[in-house]
Amino acid sequence: MSTFPPTRGFGVGRMKTAGMLIAGGWLLAAGWVQAQPAAASAPATTLRSPSQFSSIADDKARSQALFVEAGKVIQHPRCLNCHPNGNRPLQGDGMQLHQPLVLRGKDGFGTTAMRCASCHGAQNFQATRSFSVPGNEHWHLAPLEMAWHGRALGEICKQLKDRSRNGGKTMDQIIDHMARDELVGWAWSPGAGRAPAPGTQKEFTDLIKAWADSGAHCPR
Amino acid sequence: MTPLTINRKPVEVLAEPDTPLLWVLRGELQLTGTKFGCGMALCGACAVHIDGEPTRSCVTPISAVGLREVTTIEGLSGPQVATLKAAWTDVDVVQCGYCQSGQLMAAAALLRQNPKPTDADIDAAMAGNICRCGTYPRIRAAIHQAAAMAAA
Repeated sequence: MSTFPPTRGFGVGRMKTAGMLIAGGWLLAAGWVQAQPAAASAPATTLRSPSQFSSIADDKARSQALFVEAGKVIQHPRCLNCHPNGNRPLQGDGMQLHQPLVLRGKDGFGTTAMRCASCHGAQNFQATRSFSVPGNEHWHLAPLEMAWHGRALGEICKQLKDRSRNGGKTMDQIIDHMARDELVGWAWSPGAGRAPAPGTQKEFTDLIKAWADSGAHCPR
Repeated sequence: MTPLTINRKPVEVLAEPDTPLLWVLRGELQLTGTKFGCGMALCGACAVHIDGEPTRSCVTPISAVGLREVTTIEGLSGPQVATLKAAWTDVDVVQCGYCQSGQLMAAAALLRQNPKPTDADIDAAMAGNICRCGTYPRIRAAIHQAAAMAAA
C-alpha cells in the first residue's frame, strides 16, 4: 500500500507536494472542487439480521421490512453512485457528479480513450491518508435499465424482480449476484475517504435471501 | 526487481512493487516527459498507454502493470503521431506545455481507435485532461486537423 507522505526515494515527496499545489490550483480554477452536500441524516453502519424480523407474523409485512433493511445497502452511495439514472456516474459520500466528466459509453466501461480503467485499477489505490482512488477489476456502471439513483425503494424492488430490467436474472441469480459479485463486494471495502456499505456482504445476502423466502414483497 | 516493458524495451526496476509507475518512469528511468500533476488520477498529466489504453501512471502500482506494454510520450509512435505533431504545431496548441504530454497520449489513443472523432467524441475522451492555460479549443481543433490530415 502506498503511503502519504511518501517514504521512499527519487525525491518524489517534493515532487508530489509541488504537484498537489499545482493540481489544486487547476482544480479550483476549473471549478472542480465542490462543496460536499450535508447528509440529511447519519447513514446506517450496521444491518439487523433476519431473525430480528421474526416477530412480524404477517409474511408480506415481514418481507417488506426485510427489504427495507436491505435497502440500507441498496440505497447507500457505494451502490447508487454506479447505478445512476443517466450516463454519468456519481461519486463520493455526497453523491455528486463524477469529476472529471466521464460517460458510460456503449458497454458501461467508459468511452473511447476514456475508459473506467484509465483511472480505476484492479484494487483501491491509496493516494493520501484520507483519499483513495477506488478500484476493482470489473469497475463499470450498471446498465441504464438497472438505474437506482433517484428512485424510491419500492420501485427499485420491483425493478430487481423484473427480468426485463435485471439482466434476465432469476431470484437465485439475484441472490448469487448480491452474495458473490466482486464489484458488489467492493462496497464493503471502498478504501480511504468513503464510507463502506452498512453491515457485511454476508449479512446483506442473508437479508435478501430471507426477503425472497418470505415472498419477495416490495415496500410501497 | 520488477520486470516491465517500457517503450518496447524490457527493463528491470528496483522500486518496491507498490510504487506508482509514474515515480519509476520519472525517477528511476529518467523518462521525465510524463508529468506529475495531482497524484490522484484527477488531472491527466501522468497519462501513459498500457497496452494502448490511456492510463493514469500516478495511481498505477508497478505490480499492477505485469507483462503489459507501457508507452510513454518518449516512445509514442505510429501513423497518428506525425499528424498530431504537425497539427499541434500548426494550430499552435501549447501555452505553458505542462499538461501536453498527457493531452497527446489521450489524443493519440482516441485517433487510433476513432480516426474521425466528433466534437462530442473528443470532449468525452479528453475531459479527464486538465489544462490550466485553457487550451481546450485549440486541442479540439488540432485533433480534428490531425484526423483530416490522416484521412487525406
